[in-house]
Amino acid sequence: MQSFDPRVNRIKPIEEKTEMNIGEAWEPYEVFHQKKRGDHHIHVGSVHAPNAAQALLFAKEQYGRRQNCVNMWVVKTADVTQFQYDDADIFETAIDKEYREAYGFKVRDKINAYKKANP
Amino acid sequence: MTPELYNFILKTADDCFILGHRNSEWTGFGPFMEEDIAFASMAQDKIGHAWLLYKMLDENPTAAETLAFKRAEKDFKCCHFVEQPIGEYDFSLMRHFLFDHADQLRYEMLMNSSFEPLAHFAKKFKGELKYHTMHADTFILQLGNGNEESKARMQSALNFCLPLALGIFEAYEGEQEIIAQNIFAGEKVLQAKWLEKISPIIKDAGLQMPDMASLQAVNGGRHGFHSDYLQPLLKEMREVVDAFPDAKEW
Repeated sequence: MQSFDPRVNRIKPIEEKTEMNIGEAWEPYEVFHQKKRGDHHIHVGSVHAPNAAQALLFAKEQYGRRQNCVNMWVVKTADVTQFQYDDADIFETAIDKEYREAYGFKVRDKINAYKKANP
Repeated sequence: MTPELYNFILKTADDCFILGHRNSEWTGFGPFMEEDIAFASMAQDKIGHAWLLYKMLDENPTAAETLAFKRAEKDFKCCHFVEQPIGEYDFSLMRHFLFDHADQLRYEMLMNSSFEPLAHFAKKFKGELKYHTMHADTFILQLGNGNEESKARMQSALNFCLPLALGIFEAYEGEQEIIAQNIFAGEKVLQAKWLEKISPIIKDAGLQMPDMASLQAVNGGRHGFHSDYLQPLLKEMREVVDAFPDAKEW
């Protein structure tokens, strides 16, 4: 079938196939985005890149165009140290310690009530 | 507007417009997804710059469309470099590198232009152009210092591109007046700055600069003489416009 896109018709089929293994020379990088100076950098997603400099370029295109941005970080996903999900039980507590949780503070109720009354 | 100023803005706009269209041909065909998006977005920036410059030439609200879609090939003032087909990615990247450094330096110089609207746009384009050259430099350094194949491809792309790139700096009608009126310091000044800027990057990329004195610039574009590639590009670009010549709205 003939394509209506002239660009498609210009492409010649590639005879030789290049073998490329998953992860070969390329690595995932985690992207952190900062909306304004002084704000926290917030994790927004990831990109694939052969090095950090290129990861930054790609991060800018993927995540820097749709909202205000003053700065970005990229970090090799492999460099992120994390807990195992199997160990998620370490976050559980034996007795109720709701008073330690940020949303347990009494003031939170007052704020919510105020917000509701003043939309 | 004086004819020399019109000519100066027109050729600057035509370069951006035609290269923007050329680079947009990669959309959907880039080497990988992230780069596809990056290259398409930079092509869009170029067309945006051209649009703003075209609008400067004529107050008629449809001026940009008329200049882009209804003008004869000989009335275009773009250089041959931007007309070349996209070829393979090595060529397109090298063209992006060589052209965008010239473009960035041109607008840097225009920030002090005596023609205020140009100085204003020069400041507006600054961030986008900085990103374009940052993108280009990163790729040139990566591929120049990559493996044997990538190095060889970048070197041959450089050798092929340089004579064409010199066409960016071709003298045009009225250039002396433009210099005298402090609108722009001139193509020769720009060329010297450009060479000074790109040479160390090419060296860091492990590539060889050919002897510049031995190169013959590919000229003609600034006087309306174009390569065989421009007319087919215009025809393809205008296919829809030409199909509905009386359309009032798009």
